[in-house]
Amino acid sequence: MDITGKKLVVKAMREEGVDTIFGYPGGMITDVFDELYKADDIRIVLPRHEQALVHEAEGYARATGKVGVCIVTSGPGATNIVTGLADAHYDSVPLVVISGQVPLSLVGNDAFQEVDIVGMTRSITKYGVTVRNRADLGKILKMAFYIARTGKPGPVLIDLPKDIQNASGDAEYPAKVAIRGYKPNTSVHIGQLKKAYKLLHAAKKPLILAGGGIRISGAEALLCRFAEKTHVPVVTTVMGKGVMPVGHPLYVGNCGMHGRFAANKAVSECDVLFSIGTRFNDRITGDLEEFAPNAKIVHIDIATASISRNVVVDVPVVSDARLALETLLEWAKPRKTRTWRDTIAAWEQENPLAMRMDKGLSPQMIMEGINRAYDGGIMVTDVGQHQMWASQFLDFGPEKQFITSGGLGTMGFGFPAAIGAKIGDPEMDVVCISGDGGMQMNIQELATAVVEEVPITVCVLNNYYLGMVRQMQQLFYGKRYAATCLRKRKSCPADCKGPNKNCPPYEPDFVKLAESYGAHGIRVTKPEEIEPALAQAKQYTDAPTIIEFLIATDELVLPMVKSGNPMSEMILR
Amino acid sequence: MRSMKNRWIALYVENDVGVLAKVSGLFSGKSYNLQSLTVGTTEDETVSRMTICVTSDDVTFEQIKKQLNCMVEVIKVIDLTNVPIHMKEILFAKVKDISPEEKAEVFQFAQVFEVKVKDIGTDSVLLECMLTERRNNELITLLRSRFRNIEIVRGGAVAIESISTSCR
Repeated sequence: MDITGKKLVVKAMREEGVDTIFGYPGGMITDVFDELYKADDIRIVLPRHEQALVHEAEGYARATGKVGVCIVTSGPGATNIVTGLADAHYDSVPLVVISGQVPLSLVGNDAFQEVDIVGMTRSITKYGVTVRNRADLGKILKMAFYIARTGKPGPVLIDLPKDIQNASGDAEYPAKVAIRGYKPNTSVHIGQLKKAYKLLHAAKKPLILAGGGIRISGAEALLCRFAEKTHVPVVTTVMGKGVMPVGHPLYVGNCGMHGRFAANKAVSECDVLFSIGTRFNDRITGDLEEFAPNAKIVHIDIATASISRNVVVDVPVVSDARLALETLLEWAKPRKTRTWRDTIAAWEQENPLAMRMDKGLSPQMIMEGINRAYDGGIMVTDVGQHQMWASQFLDFGPEKQFITSGGLGTMGFGFPAAIGAKIGDPEMDVVCISGDGGMQMNIQELATAVVEEVPITVCVLNNYYLGMVRQMQQLFYGKRYAATCLRKRKSCPADCKGPNKNCPPYEPDFVKLAESYGAHGIRVTKPEEIEPALAQAKQYTDAPTIIEFLIATDELVLPMVKSGNPMSEMILR
Repeated sequence: MRSMKNRWIALYVENDVGVLAKVSGLFSGKSYNLQSLTVGTTEDETVSRMTICVTSDDVTFEQIKKQLNCMVEVIKVIDLTNVPIHMKEILFAKVKDISPEEKAEVFQFAQVFEVKVKDIGTDSVLLECMLTERRNNELITLLRSRFRNIEIVRGGAVAIESISTSCR
């Protein structure tokens, strides 16, 4: 029996086990929504903006490990998802995104709400396609889920013209699909891996660099055991933060632009860098000529194209992190690394990670307060200074997951991603850490969180500035704070050199704003208020709580390596 | 290692809408230096084959091949840089505003280069050249050195692996 395209879409969702869809309707996708209306078993979350919609699906996907599903309309609905697609692409988040499209007969006419969204997003999706025949729909839907979640995961876009949604065709949703141009790697070259292990085993100063790929493949425990069996210390990327528990004796910390002194020193001094699941982003390497100058480099990654792109490696291994670690564990033997670990510990002693704690509220105090308030949960950040402080000072481990926008660095990511994470995993405590700038980029999602009854705690670190850029202006641009002060008004002096007694008040009032949405708002100005505020927020189980922390405007994220400089050249204070 | 040279790829892709845009978009988006790209269907009408020439160093060329390989629409990437192939490019050259003596000279060139004179008028000659890209370049250089008004249309090279010969 034939069914319509829209019915097949719903059938596909059921077959793929989709229980939640992040959707925003519009003219060219209403038919699909009409079918979803009849599907009681699928929850539709209605955000207030399509960019946030994709971030919510990302948070959902990263918290659950499932594919996040988005449905939006054509034209502006489609263009609004572009940032989210790019974010998912860079951080390897599995998404299936269906965008409505004008009927095929109108495509190319500059019809109302018509855009070539597949063309626009070609470089930021893993795969994108316009459905041109109803007969292909089942296969394309199956392909989309398969491509999104296998290999290096990523977003897949299906552009679905209105006439295809209503056209009758085969009711079958294929059980599997074979794609001749897509064969994700499912094995590991034992010879290469052996070479890699031999190198590690022969090293005097070995170091493991663990990236986000370890989390994606669920290999956190394997990595810890491998490090423990070999006695090799571990540094992480921002995306890899949490794959080894903070506080583990072999864990050094994050490396990179705002990494720990000891971690960057270790990378610069090690003789074998054993990297797994990272693409050697420039935030990790800094000046490529000076990156790990004394080291032979092993690179294990699922994506062939990541290997020897930024850093030329000595032993490339194309493999899923879990698969490689399973095999490596069979060979793992203890190494004598005592002296090397002592050296790293001495670097840590020399320059420990610590902020000033003398006057008023400091970001470190807030992060430590969050550490004490939560034994487990999902910590989601936006992008900016608060993100780096979170990555530096928050505790992570098997019970505490870190979700952040690592590759694209998308302001506006944190709050919606936290909503999505909580929707995906309602039993988990979800804390969003945001800045005052990023929070305002998707502030409208307060409505979504309230109506969806998502009780998350949102910690807004308000320093009245776009702090990360302000920091660069302070350090490298002669304190010329161009367009970073969020209090600045038209009537302010043009040559303002920073906060003074004439500064106008900050807008908005986050507490009142939260209340106007039916959420809760708390303002914290003193260290002793941190704990009670977090405790109070936990009590609110009906709606989200914004805790606004008023921090000093001049807090810096340190250490810092200037973009393009060698990682050994850290600004420490 | 950082030596820039011309390299050749044969690329099998799905014969679908948007695939050419995706492949060419890779070259523009990642600043790869694309010299020529030709495309046409193969013996299997669902598959197209592209012949691509890029100028790059070794490292970039490896990256280009990997990036092409990880596209879902790409079925197979074949590096033709160091294998025996037959390669031809079609070139039309219209030599205009020439005297009878000059016309004779064009005929001479045609004879030596083994290209066809396809059309002729009172003061112009049309050459159809099926040569390697390099040989076509040489012919153009020669024509330019002798005549002022030339119209050139080039098709880009197509290449196929040799059966028996080892020459390129």
